[in-house]
Amino acid sequence: MKQYTLAVATLVFLVLTTGATTFGLVDPYFQLVLLFIGVNIILSASLNLVNGYMGEFSCGHAGFMAVGAYVSSVLSVWLFTDNGKLGAALLSPELAVYLFPAILLAGSLAAALAGLLVAIPSFRTRGDYLAIITLAVNYIVKSVIENTEAVGGARGFMGMKRVVDAMTEVADLPWMMIWVMIGTLFTVLVIRRFVSSTYGKGIVAIRDDEIAAELMSVNTRRLKMVAFMLSSGLAGLAGGLFAHILGYINPGSFTIMKSTECLVMVYLGGMGSLSGSVLSAVGFTLLLELLRPLELIKWVVIPFMLILLMLFRPEGIMGPRELSDFLPKLRAYYRTARE
Amino acid sequence: MFFQNLLSALQWGSFYALIALGYTLVYGVLLLINFAHGDIFMVGAYIGYFIATFLMSATLTGMSFSLPGWAVLVITVVFTMALTSLVGVGLERIAYRPLRRKGANRLYVVITALMAGLILENGNLAILGASRRHFPEILTTTVYHLGGVAVTNVKVMVILTCILVFGFLEAIVRKTKIGMAMRAISWDRMAVPLMGIPVDRIIVFTFVLGSSMAALAGILFALAYPVLEPYMGALVGWKAFIAAVVGGIGSIPGALVGGFILGFTEIFVAAVFPSTLRDLIAFSLLLVLLSFKPTGIFGMVRTAKL
Repeated sequence: MKQYTLAVATLVFLVLTTGATTFGLVDPYFQLVLLFIGVNIILSASLNLVNGYMGEFSCGHAGFMAVGAYVSSVLSVWLFTDNGKLGAALLSPELAVYLFPAILLAGSLAAALAGLLVAIPSFRTRGDYLAIITLAVNYIVKSVIENTEAVGGARGFMGMKRVVDAMTEVADLPWMMIWVMIGTLFTVLVIRRFVSSTYGKGIVAIRDDEIAAELMSVNTRRLKMVAFMLSSGLAGLAGGLFAHILGYINPGSFTIMKSTECLVMVYLGGMGSLSGSVLSAVGFTLLLELLRPLELIKWVVIPFMLILLMLFRPEGIMGPRELSDFLPKLRAYYRTARE
Repeated sequence: MFFQNLLSALQWGSFYALIALGYTLVYGVLLLINFAHGDIFMVGAYIGYFIATFLMSATLTGMSFSLPGWAVLVITVVFTMALTSLVGVGLERIAYRPLRRKGANRLYVVITALMAGLILENGNLAILGASRRHFPEILTTTVYHLGGVAVTNVKVMVILTCILVFGFLEAIVRKTKIGMAMRAISWDRMAVPLMGIPVDRIIVFTFVLGSSMAALAGILFALAYPVLEPYMGALVGWKAFIAAVVGGIGSIPGALVGGFILGFTEIFVAAVFPSTLRDLIAFSLLLVLLSFKPTGIFGMVRTAKL
């Protein structure tokens, strides 16, 4: 029974939050902040997989988010609503509730395929050159979206609000809150399982010494591909959720600034630390909201803080350690729970 | 038509080459991609704007006569280059040197560079506001028509300046002692201080060179396209970075060649395809080139000791 305590606790948290939101106990601004925290957790955990555990320097995360956002938005608007450009709804809007995970999955798959664009050059290059390639991919994705008139180009794409409303008509629950929380839990679970598996050990081996790993029969090409695709797929998931939260997306939200935000969250939390990236995502989102009154100066303060971080604590808040390293009782608990 | 495009390509190539030079110099010496360099270009353009506006207005300077255009240009260029070098050196002192002293992982220095660039951009936005500034007309633009091609004096000036600057820099790097020291540092960082060469001073000199060239590019850019805005350095900086990498980062002829390749690609792609695809094709070309020759055209393949 002990091993289910964590699952039960998470379920209780889910139910409580959903309940509180349904009954209007949570103020809408705070709801939005919670939703963004969820999205940021997914982004930072997925980027940590590549930048932290694998030691690469990928600065194009926003590009994959954009792919996921656009693919899932276009799908959901095409299937479930009457759109001027894309035609009448193909399926009845009530099905939106049941098919929404499939739409998010489609967005993630598209983003994972886009991840191949970065994975293949990474076989031959590392470090600075890979950074350039990932930046170029980010720009290319943004450019392609801007040039595709069918999805609105630079003016943006909207209509997701009606899909969410359709879901609310079926059952009056805060659907986006539910989907975001499920998505976040799913991401954290997947990455935790991935990292503690042989794949995860292989990835850390690639970071430590790629040639030695290759000698030790680690299939570096395959692992790099898997890691990049998983990372960009999860970023696509975050993008899909982000698009449906806001109801409107445009290529301008997926520029290098967004990638830089993801980088900040990863390095703030600690490279190779899942709990670090979760904590830093929460902290960073809250910080952004706290600094909102400062408006423009916010974007001077945040990079400055990161520079200070690089000077005084470059490994991030948690370094390479996980939360269970700080709470020995928790670690002992896990050990006994697994028996 | 072709020659008109050729001239534009040469002009844009010169801009990219001048900025790419800063990237290449710093990378050669420090093995650091100074992502803040594009923003130093922007800072140079703004400093030039303030100096030029100051000099052009008789009321501000309190002089009863106004200086002739070329004198304003010369004074602006000299002072802008000096002040921008101060910015570059300041950046090195505050952000990069402490990390170098600590022996920090290169990754952390790159992140610091990215952040420094963001601070410069957003600091400019916060301090000076979002409205665009118009660079004063220092030189009257004269257009010569040679065989159906409209050649402006600004374009000619830009291209000539670029070539002269490169000749000058090659001379410094190949013929002077400090140039030799710069090349030595790029080959072996650890042995150089053992030979009694003050590494810090060389690095400061490198930043001075790179930043002044970026400032020069900034003023020339402002002369050709007189609208200044805080984010102008971002895209041009990234593209110049691509140019440096394509040419082989760490190599000065590489920066020149890479800059012109990028300039040509952009202009001729825009001539054939719809111009919105320009950035897309430029970046795609980069990806293709890097997959065939990961170290760039003139780049040196560095061997790593296992």
